[in-house]
Amino acid sequence: MSDVTIAERPAAGPDDILDSIVQAEGYKYGFFTEIEAEEAPPGLNEDIVRFISAKKGEPAWLLEWRLRAFRRWQTMDPPDWAKLNIAPIDYQAASYYSAPKSLKDAPKSLDEVDPELLKTYEKLGIPLGERAALAGVAVDAVFDSVSVATTYKDKLGELGIIFCSFGEAVREHPDLVRRYLGSVVPVADNFFAALNSAVFSDGSFVYVPPGVRCPMELSTYFRINAAKTGQFERTLLIADKGAYVSYLEGCTAPQRDENQLHAAVVELIALEDAEIKYATVQNWYPGDAEGRGGIYNFVTKRGACRGHRAKISWAQVETGSAITWKYPSCLLEGDHSVGAFYSVAITNNRQQADTGTKMIHIGRNTSSTVISKGISAGRGQNTYRGQVKVLSAADGARNYTQCDSLLIGKSCGAHTVPYIDVRHPGAKVEHEATTSKISDEQMFYCQQRGLTAEDALSLIVNGFCKEVLNELPMEFAVEAQKLLAVSLEGSVG
Amino acid sequence: MVNILEVRGLRARITGGREVLKGIDLTVAPGEVHAIMGPNGAGKSTLSSVLAGKPGYEVTAGSVLYKDVDLLSMPPDERAREGVFLAFQYPVEIPGVNNTYFLRAALNAGRRQRGQPELDAQQFLKAVKEKLKLLDIGDDLLRRAVNVGFSGGEKKRNEIFQMAMLEPNLALLDETDSGLDIDALRTVSDGVNRLRDPGRAIVMVTHYQRLLDYVVPDHVHVLADGRIVASGDKYFAAELERTGYAHLCDAA
Repeated sequence: MSDVTIAERPAAGPDDILDSIVQAEGYKYGFFTEIEAEEAPPGLNEDIVRFISAKKGEPAWLLEWRLRAFRRWQTMDPPDWAKLNIAPIDYQAASYYSAPKSLKDAPKSLDEVDPELLKTYEKLGIPLGERAALAGVAVDAVFDSVSVATTYKDKLGELGIIFCSFGEAVREHPDLVRRYLGSVVPVADNFFAALNSAVFSDGSFVYVPPGVRCPMELSTYFRINAAKTGQFERTLLIADKGAYVSYLEGCTAPQRDENQLHAAVVELIALEDAEIKYATVQNWYPGDAEGRGGIYNFVTKRGACRGHRAKISWAQVETGSAITWKYPSCLLEGDHSVGAFYSVAITNNRQQADTGTKMIHIGRNTSSTVISKGISAGRGQNTYRGQVKVLSAADGARNYTQCDSLLIGKSCGAHTVPYIDVRHPGAKVEHEATTSKISDEQMFYCQQRGLTAEDALSLIVNGFCKEVLNELPMEFAVEAQKLLAVSLEGSVG
Repeated sequence: MVNILEVRGLRARITGGREVLKGIDLTVAPGEVHAIMGPNGAGKSTLSSVLAGKPGYEVTAGSVLYKDVDLLSMPPDERAREGVFLAFQYPVEIPGVNNTYFLRAALNAGRRQRGQPELDAQQFLKAVKEKLKLLDIGDDLLRRAVNVGFSGGEKKRNEIFQMAMLEPNLALLDETDSGLDIDALRTVSDGVNRLRDPGRAIVMVTHYQRLLDYVVPDHVHVLADGRIVASGDKYFAAELERTGYAHLCDAA
């Protein structure tokens, strides 16, 4: 079952990564853990918002913040501009809080974590405890709505780095949370961000103090377990002046026939000379071949380069979810700040993805790079939607965008929708786009050298994605390669 | 000794289209080099494609034994792992896939099939170096993506290098000389000659005599209108050069 272990991965060269591609075996993370959960009754109203806030013992200002978001949300409509075909969602049918009951008194150490949960994480290959030490990865694991265990906290603490659950940050570091929460994604930024702001239950918090280079990859694994539950995690990551941090995020969900809602918000703040790298491997349950079930993934991710020479880079591998609506973006406020977006998105069977980025050039001499690789198979629909905006004061702004689409089979679709909005005459904006098919000649060439059809497909697809996979931390790149193979199962005859 | 290849009465057509092979008989023993010549459109490339299992062709009659086993019942990747190698007339580009990586994946696929342990990166590189030395070619192609941006000569050289690494029992060379200048032709031919081996059979499909000046075959066949209409020894090729195919084709 477990084949995403980080701890057991040897340090591999780029070409060795492909070695570990395994045969497709369908969705391997569809197990369901039986744990008694404490759930809010279905439905959404101010009482539920208050219930969540009370459960978490939050201060009054945060409750007010949630209620402000909730009231704005009630006046908003879901966005309809994406190229997504979504049945209307009944927001009153979902439950907005689920905490495993045995965790009500939050664990003080790994020993106190419910063994069932640990087993779940083991199946997911999450390195906790010793495995984490081997891997050099600090992990914050969010299981449904509560942050379960954060490894490596002490070691990071010596450097002044804060890495904890969002709930803990609210208790222990309220000033930091209050200063930055909602400063990049305002409460009413969009329908899903407003919903998240009202009902978010937990997530991760990172603060790296001035001049500190975080010595290890920080990592969060998200998993939706309970049925009919939405997951609304909130991540806030601040790199203070001259700090550096690389952050990884992984996601899985059990296999269920009904659709589940996931609406997360991630805010990144990079101050002067700081650098943040944020990588995601998203493998939520995609639904079955006929499009039954699967996660609705509506995510708002945005980073602000708030100081001069700040850098933010997003890398994502999106293989799961029935619906993906996600545009990790960069606000390039500081002079000479740099934004990057590297993306691989796969849609197979009936999956739909509308994903891309926004690069907003505000400061002088800012630059951004966008590399997007969309792969469509089965009846999948894959849209790249990206905006490059150069404001009138942004002297010397540069952007390079490359969008490549790969089609496998005859019933899928690929779409590229770039929005370019330039208000400075000196801006340099480049956009390149290609669409290609895997040719029969390529497949036969690989097979004539002895590779099976599945291996051939996986090889060609990984080659297509190489520029993006190179941007992932090594341990995630291995996982991503496996997921690409699994996600394309059944797409060759 | 068991023949490497026994083709009997092979008929094949383009799927849903015209018949291209109209009854081929061909026997190839280990260590032999056969040249198949003939005019354009005679079915030369179709023969190598059908033997390699390229999709798009339908075998309608006849049989092919490869080392006494029914070749036609195997899918193309299995034929490859069992030691059938096709050097492509137009080698295919695979962007983003490193040439060395590709070759190692192919080599290990064959080794797995034969129950041999896979080569790790170090062992593989050692083997690569030996073959490069044997073929007297540089390592400049190794770091690039498979055939991407290769010149015509580089692509053909890469095919022969792959053949050297995969050590097939049956090598089918499809118009390997086409598009090569004289220096590249010499490099590629030298490579093929060094890969002649008592356990290996080579079938070269070519339109021109000139390849046979460099790689001297044991047998020469003329393929015309889907049939082998004449066969001979290595001197036969030179004779054909003088007389042309026309009179043989008429006879067919």
